[in-house]
Amino acid sequence: MAEVLASASPASARGITGFGAYVPRLRIPRSVIADAHRWMAPGGRGRGRKAFCNWDEDALTMAVDAGRAALADRRHPIDAIVLASTSMPNDDLQHSAVAATVLDLPAEIRSIDPGCSQRAGTSALIAALAATGEGTLLLASDRPLAKPASPQEQLYGAGAAAFTLGSEGVIANLLAAESSAAPLVDHFRRRGSDFDYYWEERWIREEGFAKLVSATVDRALDSCALQLGDIQYLVFGASAANATSLLARNLGFDGKIIDPLGEDCGFAGCADPLLGLIGALEQASAGERILVVGFGQGCDALVLEATGQLDHYRPARGLARTLCESVEVDAYLRMLSAQGLYQPDFGMRGEKEVRTALTDLYRSVDQVWKFEAGRCGACGTLQFPQLAYCIACRAPASQFEPERLADKTGHLVTYTADWLTYHPSPPLYAGFVQFGDSARLLMEVTDVGPEGISEGTLVRMAFRIKDFDKSRGWTRYFWKAVPDLDSSEAG
Amino acid sequence: MAQGIKDRVAIIGMGCSRFGERWDAGTTELLAEAFDEALADAGIGAGEIDAAWFGSGLDFINVGNSAIPASTALRLDGIPVTRLENMCATGTEALRGAAYAVAAGAADIALAIGAEKLKDTGYGGLPPSYKGTFNDQWLPPVSAPGGFAQLASGYAARYSVSRDDLKRAMAHVSWKSHENGVLSPKAHIRKRLTMEQIIDAPIIAEPLGLFDCCGVSDGAAAAIVTTPEIARSLGFTDLVTIKAIQLSVSSGRESTMTDWDGSYVPNTRKAAALAYREAGVRDPAAELSLVEVHDCFSITELVTMEDLGLSADGGAVRDILDGVYDRDGRIPCQIDGGLKCFGHPVGASGLRMAYEVYTQLLGRAGERQLAAPSLGLTHNLGGVPYLGLVAVSLLGLMA
Repeated sequence: MAEVLASASPASARGITGFGAYVPRLRIPRSVIADAHRWMAPGGRGRGRKAFCNWDEDALTMAVDAGRAALADRRHPIDAIVLASTSMPNDDLQHSAVAATVLDLPAEIRSIDPGCSQRAGTSALIAALAATGEGTLLLASDRPLAKPASPQEQLYGAGAAAFTLGSEGVIANLLAAESSAAPLVDHFRRRGSDFDYYWEERWIREEGFAKLVSATVDRALDSCALQLGDIQYLVFGASAANATSLLARNLGFDGKIIDPLGEDCGFAGCADPLLGLIGALEQASAGERILVVGFGQGCDALVLEATGQLDHYRPARGLARTLCESVEVDAYLRMLSAQGLYQPDFGMRGEKEVRTALTDLYRSVDQVWKFEAGRCGACGTLQFPQLAYCIACRAPASQFEPERLADKTGHLVTYTADWLTYHPSPPLYAGFVQFGDSARLLMEVTDVGPEGISEGTLVRMAFRIKDFDKSRGWTRYFWKAVPDLDSSEAG
Repeated sequence: MAQGIKDRVAIIGMGCSRFGERWDAGTTELLAEAFDEALADAGIGAGEIDAAWFGSGLDFINVGNSAIPASTALRLDGIPVTRLENMCATGTEALRGAAYAVAAGAADIALAIGAEKLKDTGYGGLPPSYKGTFNDQWLPPVSAPGGFAQLASGYAARYSVSRDDLKRAMAHVSWKSHENGVLSPKAHIRKRLTMEQIIDAPIIAEPLGLFDCCGVSDGAAAAIVTTPEIARSLGFTDLVTIKAIQLSVSSGRESTMTDWDGSYVPNTRKAAALAYREAGVRDPAAELSLVEVHDCFSITELVTMEDLGLSADGGAVRDILDGVYDRDGRIPCQIDGGLKCFGHPVGASGLRMAYEVYTQLLGRAGERQLAAPSLGLTHNLGGVPYLGLVAVSLLGLMA
């Protein structure tokens, strides 16, 4: 049967042409969380670690990081960007348009932000694969928050997935996609609320996973004339413990269960099934098929098939790589503080107003969001910031050519750990970053591990929260340096 | 090069308030304290002042912007008063403004006065600064010690100085200033410390510990200047004159290009070279009787000894540990305790340094009086080492 159906034709002219993944570096052992609540829940245990956003990360910064990985080779033209999330910082601000700018995509672009459901990622993928146009960058990013001591606190992680979609260089084709809508309110999160409210998991498993998902999966397999035995990988993004194994048992699936986040990240909201898809693509070879299911007030079921091009595809930063890069935190209160769930007294310095002139942001957005330095056309000096004249030869800035520092690596020339300044995660690490022999600026260094930083530390760039305007609610972003764990391990 | 103002301006009166945590005084009272002493020293009345330059560093505390707060505080009744702000060089800038007016013939008698009321912030250390709508979007929010710690990092890397050796040399800088502060009646901090206390203090910004950082103080200082001719006509015989007063401001090169290694402050070197030339100083290490430098942090003083040409490059650690800059050393530095112990009310600091040099030159320094000083240097470093401004002045006895 499988051989006959191997030539199943794609359901859409477009397929997946590339991917990138991001999981926050900070990890906390779940046993540390359990220990923090032992006074009230003495039986609590925890296995593995969960990933959580550093104080300067949010769904937007994670989406940007994943997007940069997917776009690293810039092989494909992009004329649409989709950014799915349930946890973006603003209710009314098109984060996809911000991401498009930060990612240096052309201004002539269609942009849309699906949300409101943990299956927003899979639904967006279905829609984007059905769309026309040159190419789409699909981003899904979530950092679901959980009430301290709730089951979700252990379950929830954070992460972002990115796919480029198009018709050239396809690494995986969509064979079928089916969806269903159902008024099963397994959980909800009211506007303005930090946390989800959940109903009993047994009910969700039996009425939701077993009945709703099974029916939709059957329809998807029917529509591409495949059977479950023709599927090699199962991906299920749902916020219950062991959801994928449970679904596999319900379906009678005996192929490979892909659940890459459970052990060292946790459920990543609407990005979860798409990160699972990346996990499957990192294992799959040509002709193998992947069933991806997204769940939330119904479900999406997608059947994808790897092409021969997948065998040659090397992502700039896939899931396996991002999962490898971790900084372990064993302070439960630090995790709460990073998520804004605990407000220690940082002292009066933290009272400083950080109002942003939005007019100035718009004027300087190429520098602040795109991290463009200017290369002087007269003397060749690369410089940031770009002011009216060249720092070396005083040629006017009209002669500068933009050159992004975002994708460059650098090393620290000087450094300190500053305990005096207000910083949401003391100390503030800062030092001069030098990019090869061509440019230099003083930068904040973030995600620093217990080994600290020193002169010569290799760093890469990350788009991060610079600070919060607590009075007005605006989040200010800029680029920071992150120790390059790959390079330092390589020695 | 312009001819400069060497010996064209004499200081005929100086005043300095008591520095410290002046819970009893606002900026107005601090200004009056310094002003009254300066007027009494000069033997003139407030009505004889033709023009004034008022320096204050921080607008959001203190008295706010413009010259009006100083003019009202001192009841200067309609004369031209200029308010200026140039970070930690503000006090010296006030002196430069007043001196230039006198040298230009625009004023016969001019006042330079600076004040800062820092202890209305509610916490220790300097308050965080604003750097403008663009810079605030990208510059990391490093504190002052965080900025100067870059200098420690760069210096240690350049000269392969171990952390322990650097900590010991920096500690000696602070130890010496604490010893000197004890002999300074108006100083903020008058307390001896041991080397161990300094070295073992909590880290503020690696590698700078608590006692590597100067005091944050309230205070005011003032100078009354005129021409040597007018000074003599008023009956002054021993004249302290300005030999040079120079300023160098960064173009941003150190923090943007790749040729600065973090081990020195280019603007100090530039300002010092200009000042030595203006004053005709050829060998500063031999000619200077004392120096008052901007020891906002111990590492700043250490590096400044090289930048001023007093220690060889890479030689400051040894010179400091050898006691070259101690009270009984070859070139006493911070004989009044410096920023470290006399205190650092930003807008007043440059004038406080001039006050000490003036006091020493006139032999009025009491217990801490040096033997026959003839030429003193003041140095202020505003901003951060990699994006800063430096004022250097030379004051001496007129031949």
